[in-house]
Amino acid sequence: MKSLRLLATSIAITTAMSSAAFAQTTLTMWYHGAGNEVESSIVNQIISDFNASQSDWVVEMQSFPQAAYNDSVVAGALAGNLPDILDVDGPVMPNWAWSGYMQPLQIDEAKIANYLPGTKGVWNGELYSIGLWDAAISLVTRQSYLDELGLRTPTLAEPWTGEEFMDALAKAKASGNFDYALDLGTAWTGEWYPYAFSPFLQSFGGDIIDRSTYTSAEGVLNGDAAVAFGNWWQGLFEDGYAQATQDPADRDNGFNSGKYAFSWNGNWAALGTLDAYDDVLFLPAPDFGNGSKIGAASWQFGVSAASEHPEGASAFIEFALQDKYLAEFSNGIGLIPATASAAAMTENYKEGGPLAVFFDLSEAQALVRPVTPGYVVAAKVFEKALADIANGADVQDALDSAVDEIDADVAKNDNYGF
Amino acid sequence: MASKFTRSNSTGWLMAGPAAVLMGLFIVLPFLFAIGLSFTNQRLISPNPTQFVGLSNYSQLLGVGLLTLEPERNEAGDVVRAEDGAVSYPALRGYTRNNPDYPQLDGMREWFSFSLGESRTYVLARDVVFAKAVVNTIIFVLVVAPVQGGLALVLALLINQKLRGINVFRAIYFMPVVVSIVVVSLLWRFIYDGQSGLLNNLLSALTFGAFPRIDWLGNPSTALGAIIAMSIWQAVGFHMVIWLSGLQTISPSLYEAAAIEGASKWQTFRYVTWPGLRNTAVLVLIVITMQAFALFAQIDVMTSGGPLDSTQTIVFQAVERGYGKQDISGGSTISVILFVFVLAISLLQRWLTREKK
Repeated sequence: MKSLRLLATSIAITTAMSSAAFAQTTLTMWYHGAGNEVESSIVNQIISDFNASQSDWVVEMQSFPQAAYNDSVVAGALAGNLPDILDVDGPVMPNWAWSGYMQPLQIDEAKIANYLPGTKGVWNGELYSIGLWDAAISLVTRQSYLDELGLRTPTLAEPWTGEEFMDALAKAKASGNFDYALDLGTAWTGEWYPYAFSPFLQSFGGDIIDRSTYTSAEGVLNGDAAVAFGNWWQGLFEDGYAQATQDPADRDNGFNSGKYAFSWNGNWAALGTLDAYDDVLFLPAPDFGNGSKIGAASWQFGVSAASEHPEGASAFIEFALQDKYLAEFSNGIGLIPATASAAAMTENYKEGGPLAVFFDLSEAQALVRPVTPGYVVAAKVFEKALADIANGADVQDALDSAVDEIDADVAKNDNYGF
Repeated sequence: MASKFTRSNSTGWLMAGPAAVLMGLFIVLPFLFAIGLSFTNQRLISPNPTQFVGLSNYSQLLGVGLLTLEPERNEAGDVVRAEDGAVSYPALRGYTRNNPDYPQLDGMREWFSFSLGESRTYVLARDVVFAKAVVNTIIFVLVVAPVQGGLALVLALLINQKLRGINVFRAIYFMPVVVSIVVVSLLWRFIYDGQSGLLNNLLSALTFGAFPRIDWLGNPSTALGAIIAMSIWQAVGFHMVIWLSGLQTISPSLYEAAAIEGASKWQTFRYVTWPGLRNTAVLVLIVITMQAFALFAQIDVMTSGGPLDSTQTIVFQAVERGYGKQDISGGSTISVILFVFVLAISLLQRWLTREKK
């Protein structure tokens, strides 16, 4: 009897609540930033601003830790339980869009006309996701190191060539001042490998997959350019310039405590380095023959295919695309704001700001990772190939088998619709 | 033919019911699914319809081939030798990639090779990573099962004494079992660290710096050994407790009789303790074997299968493919192969350790 009464009461309460919110529709949203207080507070701020700004929609957010986020979305999709709004890592978006988890955004193209190219998640000619920020990588070093080693300071217009870069490493090693010349961040397994290292391959003239067809990696990942890249990559470890296995603590603090002469690291780590030294330089990637390249695309917002109110979800995303929020994210967690006007509003990326160089790098060199649903698999295959080569595997064999695996996966998936 | 098992046994069924239903739902049913999926091209997520592909997943995983190559010769027909006398062979990729004369080898890679006379025989596998995973897993089982079981027995004999404070030792030996394997693996990553790890510091302190620093997990020749050592240490306490329970079922009067007969310590162990532990030994051996075949968490946390596939294991590959590479059919196939494997070995163990009448 008691439980029956309880049930009746709760039904009454639920009814009362839903009638109170009569005119408003609730939109659910998933976000990958659980555990990061600053990030969560900015997202919450945007949500409460949005909820207050109109009376049609109420957005409710659920946060996930980044490491479990992608799995949660896949599990949610398999269970038919996706939210209206979700955020997605740029290179993963085509996979989700192709799988039918996401639908194109309904936002005004003019609004994002001046956004950095890496922030726009376009697949199959349609905009599926948009980022409020981008991330960029640079070769971090100190002016005093360059002076000591007698090296030219490279510029965006005139970056180091491959030879100059290797010469710099050789000099840094010969100086004996450092444990290792170069900190590549091999401690960061996973997406870091394709994100940070495939631009080297592209600068050599290869790629993870042939972008003209997106159906094969033959020739681009195991051709002459790729083998040259592989030999260079293996040489970095064989010649003792970098570590194939790195202590994660060294990745976090090694450069800042003088263990490395150069560090290949992202803008998110830049503020810590600026605290450690007062003559930090953020140099463009070396040019191995086909231009300096760095990876583009970070986390972006999109609308799930399961959403019954895509117009509301898009309205929220459009609302979030305000320079003040872009600037807030940038100030809060050091990301590169997606527009120049927002960059001008930030402490670090405004004209002459300490990280402004990243905005320029992103604008000039950024190349998105292959835009294909197969990227998720290709990225893992690429990571394994690089790790194997670093550990001494035969370069041609390692690249051949990576090509075979990528091609087999593409074939298994009916060419991913290409 | 109603047996005692099915007749007037409703209470028993009722009590076993919840566990049986849960096991059926979460173990038996998924496994049946896995068998079905292993004959399809099912993806984790995909808009494409699932298709029946027959045994191609199995042939993809288990396909092996042989290729014997003659050394390269110069125009006179003499074997070309490098300065150090090494013979060179034509590149394998000329045979395994798009060579119409060798269609059966297409896409295969070298697993291992050996020389017979001047020619060199290559054993090729269609999926070298899986082949290595199988070998690594077998090595792991072959080392862990006897060493862990033996060590656990020694510990159990040591703490099976009525001494003051013996419970402290029992607790200490059992402690690693209680800690999550993920946490243990993370801690051992620091211990094995190539630069400033505890193990390297310890060895160099003991040898006054003579022992070179080794990157235990980053070196293909030490990585699997490092994981074996750590795994043995982690779970030895669990099996110690099982041995201990076995030891305590042996009647004290047998030991008294042995003492009166004037048996030595070894004789007491050999003729009283060991026969009394027979069933416990079978249990411990089978449990360790099964646990060892399921090696996953340590690999996932410590090495991700590297370096150079030296720590790939069957279960790690199943998860990596099924979930990481979204290839559920491939992961399922590996699971089925593992099941057949473990079943065969368990049956063999049962047969080898059967009561001989």
